[in-house]
Amino acid sequence: MSQKTTENLDEVTIRFAGDSGDGMQLTGTQFTNTTAILGNDLSTLPDYPAEIRAPAGTLFGVSGFQIHFGSMEINTPGDHCDVLVAMNAAALKVNLSSLVDGGSIIVNTDGFNDKNLKLAGYAQSPLADGSLGKYQLFEVDISKLTALALQDMAMTSKLVDRSKNFFALGMMYWMYNRPLETTIEWLKSKFKSKPDILEANIRVLKAGWNYSETTEIFSVRYEVGPANLAPGRYRNITGNQAAAWGLMTAAKKARLDLFLGTYPITPASDILHELSMYKSHGVKTFQAEDEIAGICSAIGASFGGALGTTTTSGPGIALKTEAIGLAVMVELPLVIINVQRGGPSTGLPTKTEQSDLLQALYGRNGEAPVPVIAASTPSDCFDTAFEASRIALKYMTPVILLTDGYLGNGSEPWLIPEYDTLPDISYPFTTNPEGFQPYARNEQTLARPWAIPGTPGLEHRIGGLEKENITGNVSYDPENHDLMNHLRAEKIERIANDIPLARVDGDLQGDVLVVGWGGTYGAIRTAVVHQREKGHSVSHLHLRYLNPLPKNLGEVLSKFKRILVPEINLGQLVKVLRAKYLVPATGFNRVRGLPFRSVELEIEIEEILKGIE
Amino acid sequence: MSTLVDEIMKSNSSTETPKYTAKDFQSDQDVRWCPGCGDYSILAQTQRVMPDLGIPKHKLVFVSGIGCSSRFPYYMSAYGFHGIHGRATVIATGLKIARPDLSVWVVTGDGDGMSIGGNHFIHLMRRNLDLNVLLFNNQIYGLTKGQYSPTSEMGKITKSTPYGSLDYPFNPASLALGASATFVARTLDRDPKHMQGIIKRAASHRGTSFVEIYQNCNVFNDAAFVQFTEKESKDDNVVFLEHGKPLVFGKEKDKGIRLNGFTLEVVSLKDGKYSVNDMLVHNEKDTTLAFILADMTYKPHLPRPVGIFLAIDRPVYETEIENQIAFAKEKRGVGDIKKLLNSGETWVVQ
Repeated sequence: MSQKTTENLDEVTIRFAGDSGDGMQLTGTQFTNTTAILGNDLSTLPDYPAEIRAPAGTLFGVSGFQIHFGSMEINTPGDHCDVLVAMNAAALKVNLSSLVDGGSIIVNTDGFNDKNLKLAGYAQSPLADGSLGKYQLFEVDISKLTALALQDMAMTSKLVDRSKNFFALGMMYWMYNRPLETTIEWLKSKFKSKPDILEANIRVLKAGWNYSETTEIFSVRYEVGPANLAPGRYRNITGNQAAAWGLMTAAKKARLDLFLGTYPITPASDILHELSMYKSHGVKTFQAEDEIAGICSAIGASFGGALGTTTTSGPGIALKTEAIGLAVMVELPLVIINVQRGGPSTGLPTKTEQSDLLQALYGRNGEAPVPVIAASTPSDCFDTAFEASRIALKYMTPVILLTDGYLGNGSEPWLIPEYDTLPDISYPFTTNPEGFQPYARNEQTLARPWAIPGTPGLEHRIGGLEKENITGNVSYDPENHDLMNHLRAEKIERIANDIPLARVDGDLQGDVLVVGWGGTYGAIRTAVVHQREKGHSVSHLHLRYLNPLPKNLGEVLSKFKRILVPEINLGQLVKVLRAKYLVPATGFNRVRGLPFRSVELEIEIEEILKGIE
Repeated sequence: MSTLVDEIMKSNSSTETPKYTAKDFQSDQDVRWCPGCGDYSILAQTQRVMPDLGIPKHKLVFVSGIGCSSRFPYYMSAYGFHGIHGRATVIATGLKIARPDLSVWVVTGDGDGMSIGGNHFIHLMRRNLDLNVLLFNNQIYGLTKGQYSPTSEMGKITKSTPYGSLDYPFNPASLALGASATFVARTLDRDPKHMQGIIKRAASHRGTSFVEIYQNCNVFNDAAFVQFTEKESKDDNVVFLEHGKPLVFGKEKDKGIRLNGFTLEVVSLKDGKYSVNDMLVHNEKDTTLAFILADMTYKPHLPRPVGIFLAIDRPVYETEIENQIAFAKEKRGVGDIKKLLNSGETWVVQ
């Protein structure tokens, strides 16, 4: 056995890349789960094409999965990767720009034959022409080694080839000193009824590990110790799973049945998949014929006394718009989750973006105010789904929760909340017929009563026509319409009394306040912390509540010389802040379908700081 | 743990259904259809039938979309939801899935149900939720003041088709059958007794019952169905479908309908060539026959079929959901959210 040395690292970023049929998402997810259980902090970024199996070997068929993990606080999936695992030439070509100088490349040499090179647009092999000189290149014939490990198993070459991702995974487990057990256990449950495939995958996984251990190709392996996370029980969770569980938990705490009416759409479908598994919890999921049917069924369910919810992505919100207005008019609770993706139109279905904020705030006919909140990390999707439900039920209103593809598919360790410490959010139905009026309002919240069919004596009619104040009868009276518009607006404004004040990370006054919302949290936090370490006067404010905005926000903004609003859109929140607070906020906007790199935010912050000096 | 809905239902489970009259189903709202509109009759027949159904008022919900017909819920003393255009069917679907205990009625029109809501309509039929759909077919857009509708005859001159409409009309009964409906019927606004009978049958059907009601719009499409509704012409132009009975019509019951191969033909029962025994006998359990009978619609040489085309049993959607829930609870135990949150691969940080 060759002599191997071990080095300690605080953090590392690995990117697995291959054909969309190569199982890179699976490989990444397995590495993530194992890493989470070891106690590292982590953040992941799946990056895959919209095509399920694009033609093999092509540039547009490349699927990637990046994981950033460490013994320190990890807030982003990493601006760049330190290690790139490339299963073919196209994967190398697409991802090389994300590799740091001096980084490691592990290539499957079998994926660099003439056909692969041609498809990737290489005139000559990058493995041979010296173009990768500034990186550490490790060439492994993963395909051949996989085949050798399985040569006595009488499997088709196609099946053999499908196992090769486990060889790569085994190598990475060796290199970062991770145990194989988590993945082996997972394989055992996944392929319970297919013993051949189970054995093949385990063999290949171990072959990858053993190859790394015994050959001289790798001389160094790395140790990444556990992170200093708050004490408690953890699990790894994706944003979509967290959103699903947040809704389930909210329904339980509200003592209601959960109803999800939805239509499959990338990247939101996983919430439907998740919730459809929990029939034993009484969850009812309805895969409707279209987006409109999805939301309308949820409104019908809410009318009947369920927690009605619907999930979608931007194009789906466009279709649901009229029904959101109906929910505003009939004042029923409804949670609408928009897992944002690249737009406009079909846009970039599998990529992330924040360009639906103005749609959420204003995209309806008439004056149709809707509370809007946004999740900032994958696990925050749980808290925000719960909070969206609370607001919807307490104020009898539709609520839009904005997450995005990066949060929905990305994952991080999650400190599992104590169910018993979560608040009770049950608001009793109205049952007393005496003096019942469908549009009489709670003095404090302005919510109307929730009177559900099946309650004797409360038979009443609601609908999309303007309502007379208090009675709820159809009314065309001009003064009543004006009054009702104001009442609906004020009801939503009053929610500001019921949400936390805006809280600044860093000094409460100074040169630059970076204001963000949604999935840019990690990148902004990383950039601001770094800038503060450099001694700059920079603070961070991340908004969860986008409508209504926190009551103290104007005052908070006024304490800084400059306000920077980075968004993965062309400047939406910045418009709102300028209009509402008349502050000279400036935007930083890149719309690439990818999360921000913290370093680009730092460059922008430093530019602004120069302007102040 | 029971939900808040369970508690409400439990607290009124002992209340007996009162003895109602039609008047008990009239709401306090002024009815605002045009004088002479066929909708008045449909409202009256529905209110007349309700006491016979044995359903307490608080369990009744009428859901509608947009259009003249869709004002219906405001006039019923029951729970009501006046939705948005074309979507009554899906609002009702969500409501019924959430609350299988309710008696849910969808009120729609030929524009609302066949045009903007056409997609939802066909999916409702195939899913077979246990709810009732009353489609007021007046073959015109009334509320938007007189454009042709998806059931208007070809060549119709309207405000939007000064040179005549080019669209071939839907036959709602055939559309419903094509979408695998389990109960399909047609009735007439001017035949109160028949309509009452059909509404009662629809209410008792387990599954989606679809009732098309020919309804006269005396302002924008007057007399569209006059040959089927007026005394002088009705008998010779309508054949009433009755389960187990031969298809016979005419003022003197002197005409019958015979199946010749796959073709229907009208024959005389007077000339001695055919007797009643040779006539096609209706069987509302026969899906193929239902297609053939529904297809008589719009054929000028055949009388217009009215009555129940099809009434068959198929599993009911929301019942199957409840069954899956019961199955999952039995197999996995009643879900525990605390256990779920802590399930799978977890680890403890000290």
